[in-house]
Amino acid sequence: MKIKFLLMSVVVLTLSACVSTPDPAPVKQQVQTQAPIFEPEPEAPEAPEIIEVPVEAVIPPGPQPGTSEHFKYTSGDDRVYFDYNKYDLTPRAREVLRSQANWLERYDGAIIVVGGNADERGTREYNLALGARRADAVKAFFVSQGIEPGRITTVSYGKERPIDGRSNEEAWAINRNAHSAVLVGGTS
Amino acid sequence: MNKALCRARIFSVLAFVAIWSLSMFASSTAHAQLEIDIVHGAPEPVPVAIPDFLSSHPATDQIAKDMAIVIAANLERSGLFSVLDQSQYIEKQTDIDFQPRFADWRLINIKALLSGAIVQENPNRLKVEFRLWDIYAQQQLEGKRLATTPDNWRRIAHKISDYIYKRLTGESGYFDSRIVYIAESGPKTNRRKRLAIMDADGANARNLLANSDLVLTPRFSPVFEERGARKKVQLITYLSWETGGPQVFLQEIETGNRELLGNFSGMTISPRFSPDGQKLIFSMVKRGNSDIYVFDRRSRSTTRLTTNQAIDVSPSFSPNGRKIVFNSDRGGSPQLYIMNADGSNVLRLSFGDGRYTAPAWSPRGDLIAFTKSNKGQFHIGVMDNTGKGERLLTNSYLDEGPTWSPNGRVILFTRETRGVNARASIWSVDLTGRNLRRVPTPGGASDPAWSPILP
Repeated sequence: MKIKFLLMSVVVLTLSACVSTPDPAPVKQQVQTQAPIFEPEPEAPEAPEIIEVPVEAVIPPGPQPGTSEHFKYTSGDDRVYFDYNKYDLTPRAREVLRSQANWLERYDGAIIVVGGNADERGTREYNLALGARRADAVKAFFVSQGIEPGRITTVSYGKERPIDGRSNEEAWAINRNAHSAVLVGGTS
Repeated sequence: MNKALCRARIFSVLAFVAIWSLSMFASSTAHAQLEIDIVHGAPEPVPVAIPDFLSSHPATDQIAKDMAIVIAANLERSGLFSVLDQSQYIEKQTDIDFQPRFADWRLINIKALLSGAIVQENPNRLKVEFRLWDIYAQQQLEGKRLATTPDNWRRIAHKISDYIYKRLTGESGYFDSRIVYIAESGPKTNRRKRLAIMDADGANARNLLANSDLVLTPRFSPVFEERGARKKVQLITYLSWETGGPQVFLQEIETGNRELLGNFSGMTISPRFSPDGQKLIFSMVKRGNSDIYVFDRRSRSTTRLTTNQAIDVSPSFSPNGRKIVFNSDRGGSPQLYIMNADGSNVLRLSFGDGRYTAPAWSPRGDLIAFTKSNKGQFHIGVMDNTGKGERLLTNSYLDEGPTWSPNGRVILFTRETRGVNARASIWSVDLTGRNLRRVPTPGGASDPAWSPILP
């Protein structure tokens, strides 16, 4: 009913426009534009293609889950820091490591390498031994939190991988760390 | 030719032959007036003259000049000699088979004169002859003829330097030797560290391992090993991260053949050879704890020597192989300890203020060199093998890792400056602590290890 009425009104309107407009040029144009309406409909047209575009999911800000960036992001830091010539974990280090352990629990396919680092105020070989201690302290903590030991390897870089090149207390404190690096990412 | 001159010449030749024979057959008993006290250091370096070597062929003219330059640099670097500038020389010898005009050399206060000559036997063979003269005793102290290929002339220069050093100090020299070290490049927070080797004077520096960007603490085997007929190879050991963690590798310098030491699952660090080259002593990390182990190259067996819960690292054998000095923090801070080669009878050696690390036992057996850090400064020091007589030889923001010259009289170490633009370089110091010099290297350099005298 409604469609019939609409079609009728289009026809009426078009015709009336034709009659009432004296200028030939615009008329011709108008007829042309409206022309398809009077053409016979094509026979059985192919089903129109439907394009589906997924709507981007609403995700929390931050890196992709399961990646090393995500590990660092959700844990607060991928490093924990040590006092001078020490390898015992500070309360702050334990807090960060608990978050790291939570992530490892959630992404249980992930494998990590813990690298132990020392500042430049020690000699090379002693610092390699000290870095090994720091890396192991982190591993031992993860294991105590229920993480499978086989998922964690340790390496010492001694003082060979400083992240702050300055020579002052602040830089040394940053360079005395254990770095948890995600070697193989995880899926939850 | 004038008859008198001819006679004089013959006389000189005869005189020379007599002196030559004397020095050849009785050099150990011949008593030279010229002697240098190397232990307490010469109060004044001994003035010596080293004219250009005589060259009998244009092809050897440059080598004849360079030979004198290399020998002079060696002697001056020892701190025991000063080489007078050639422009001051009065006599210009044209034949080294004649005695020098001693008076001419006395006039410019020269105590010892080196005369040398190069003869090119054929394009592939040089003959180098030298005589060392005591100007005041007016006698020849040393005379030798050495032959080599032209491209090997620097080794001849080093050998002659060693002859001079030995004849004038009574101690064996150290110039004909090599240094393995770590060539450093790149910024401090992203540094490349590659295995390299150079002559003891810093010449002929080259890389020994292309594809490893983190290599540390190379050390020489004290002995050269036979590989087939008349072929000798020199072994080194070092740390590389190419398997993941730091692990000990062995490598033959001449062939480049290398192997991972043992089949250890954990990290292995701080390797050194035993005095006979057949064993390696090192630390292995288990559950974070470093203990000292010894690996026998023949049986490929490994024996654990320490079982302490503290860090035990940086072991170094005494030259007789009976004792081991090492670094441990079992007392609360890093200190030096000594034990028998089987791990028994551990005694603390260092009791001074500060932290003691990186010990190295002198090849003479008498002294132990170490790194000491105290009040924000680092020092290279020595103490005797009972822990007494500590002497600090250097002082800087960061000095570390002493290694001994083959004669136990000079120490090389790493010095690193502070800050983001820090640069590492290799320095030498003698046992007086007064003769401190930087060893020239093409770029940054660290972790030197001094070879024995070359065969």
